[in-house]
Amino acid sequence: MAKITLDKLRHSYMPAPSQPSDYALKEIDLSWRDGGAYALLGPSGCGKSTLLNIISGLLTPSDGRVLFDGEDVTNLPPDQRNIAQVFQFPVIYDTMSVYNNLAFPLRNRCVDEARVDARVREIATMLELEDRLETRASHLTPDNKQKISMGRGLVRDDVNVIMFDEPLTVIDPELKWKLRSKLKELHQKIAVTMIYVTHDQTEALTFADKVVVMQDGEIVQIGTPVELFERPRHTFVGHFIGSPGMNVLPCDVSGGLASFQGQALELEGAISRSDGRTEIGVRPEYVHLADDGISATVRKVADLGRHVVVEAMAGDTVINAIVDGAVPERGAEVKLQMDPRQTRLYADGWIASEEAQP
Amino acid sequence: MALELKQVTKNVGADRHIYETSLVFEPGGFNILLGATNAGKSTLIKLMAGLERPTSGEIWVDGQNVTGVNPQKRNIALVHQFFINYPHMTVYENIASPLRVAKVSDIDRRVREAADVLQLGPMLDRKPQELSGGQQQRCALARAIVKESKAIFLDEPLANLDYKLREELRDQLPEILGERGTVVVYATSEPTEALMLGGHTALLHAGRVTQFGPTPEIYRAPSDLTSARVFSDPPMNLAPVEKRGSEMHLAALSWPVEGSAAQLADGQYTVGIRPHHILPTKPDGASIQIDGTVEITELSGSESVAHFELGAQSWVSLSPGTHPYRIGESHDFHMIPSACYYFDGSGNLAGTGGAHG
Repeated sequence: MAKITLDKLRHSYMPAPSQPSDYALKEIDLSWRDGGAYALLGPSGCGKSTLLNIISGLLTPSDGRVLFDGEDVTNLPPDQRNIAQVFQFPVIYDTMSVYNNLAFPLRNRCVDEARVDARVREIATMLELEDRLETRASHLTPDNKQKISMGRGLVRDDVNVIMFDEPLTVIDPELKWKLRSKLKELHQKIAVTMIYVTHDQTEALTFADKVVVMQDGEIVQIGTPVELFERPRHTFVGHFIGSPGMNVLPCDVSGGLASFQGQALELEGAISRSDGRTEIGVRPEYVHLADDGISATVRKVADLGRHVVVEAMAGDTVINAIVDGAVPERGAEVKLQMDPRQTRLYADGWIASEEAQP
Repeated sequence: MALELKQVTKNVGADRHIYETSLVFEPGGFNILLGATNAGKSTLIKLMAGLERPTSGEIWVDGQNVTGVNPQKRNIALVHQFFINYPHMTVYENIASPLRVAKVSDIDRRVREAADVLQLGPMLDRKPQELSGGQQQRCALARAIVKESKAIFLDEPLANLDYKLREELRDQLPEILGERGTVVVYATSEPTEALMLGGHTALLHAGRVTQFGPTPEIYRAPSDLTSARVFSDPPMNLAPVEKRGSEMHLAALSWPVEGSAAQLADGQYTVGIRPHHILPTKPDGASIQIDGTVEITELSGSESVAHFELGAQSWVSLSPGTHPYRIGESHDFHMIPSACYYFDGSGNLAGTGGAHG
């Protein structure tokens, strides 16, 4: 178990990078506490896999250092970093039993058999595989194979970090849900530093204590799931997290007021800056149908079971609202109100209004 | 111009992959096949597309029996989970290829129109590998719509895309495909995706269609336990209950039965309740208090999930907003009895607690 520090890390896949766009990973400074559960979240190509490969040692960064508990491991190969990894597809020995698969990482390190046995049984119980220990791995269903793969990652208790690279992508939703809860429970029990890489917001937010959101090789926000949802620092975070994502409305700022289509909107707090492109950000959860407010025409109504998403057009701007109760029809003219405490100003993408006073 | 399965079955060796299935898919709007891996979604699609022949039964398109007709002669299009494009051809040539095979005139106009619908206009001269995953799948979709075929089959077409891209395409697909007068059949393993796409849904489990109807309707009125499980994400809470007189009993809990369940004979049932009908704070209206020990919590930002235990029974609660739970602590949860489903010993829906929403 270790504290992980990333110190001025940069990486380029080009031989002679000269400008910021040549870097797959721009400057990353980060410190992860020992025993924390972290997620790296972002779309394909955002640099999250590059970062993971640098931490595991599969890739040497162009600049900067990786420290485990203060010790520089930047140039150590993966096998000397004492880490465990779980990949998107199960990595197991088909010809071995479940027991031998789980025992393998321990036997490989000459752990004595009594300890191996105790540990294998403990992990198998946590994963609800205790009655399958003698089954040949080739006879398992895909989700049980992935459980073994996760078990192999979890079986050693002396690792610095366990890294998961999209481990649930190939799993059906119901099992995905179970495995996700299992992993969360395991982390609460064994408290090893875990890093979970995914493009799926639900997986990242439900697993991690802290989520690192990445875009174009840069970290745009690090925060708890609640912070990322409640107060996105960047419109990208607002859009990427949440389904549907945050509404982003072009606006004009003058005299300390932000207006959308000529109508002033109350914000969470004072405007801190208004340079460049200005936009208002408000989540669909905080847009309500009302008697007056922004005029819009309902374009689409999606009944998602738990709630209804109403997509309305205010001029050529799309505004989504999550609605409980009475639902308007397609084509209806509606008025929309925004919850001022959850309505923010963004300038050139970055948050530009001050936080609401509690 | 409907597509119809008449008593179709499919055996592979001694295994039955599809039990007798009869369905009618109408054009306009989506027809969704929802089920887990191996439920039979892809097999049904292959049977409808003519890539496999049913063991018994018939497939009719547009009033004609097409069972046994070669797929090339069926005027259908198929889009898979993995983007299939010709790597050596440009996007333009990829989209044009089905028209060239069919020796259609007017190719240029139709290619450009399909490309416009899928926002590929500026990418027509590129090769597929120069596109992002979402654009590659849009190229495959453009090839499917350009033919103006009688039926389009989509087998988990978004499964390999990033979450946000999936959301975007899912939003656009009903508009792109729904209004072309074509029969659209879409297979997915995700209940939420089915709800987002709307239309009609057939629920599949172990080679059987367990229920078919308008998507939100069958979500709210599952005909049996299997259908309820197939169409719940997160999974539905299930527990054994006993009806005695006008009350339901579940271990130490009891509550008055209302709705159609009030008419049930006394005896053993299974109660089913979706996680969003068990809340961490007392809602308006009737609720049953469950005092549980919080085992695991998950916060997705917009929603909070708590797994809790009461006796031997595990429960899951899902509520909007953020709720600060402490693990190991006991907490009062509130179950909405009107949102309960009651299933009988053979798993059929016997009654409900009243309203559903």
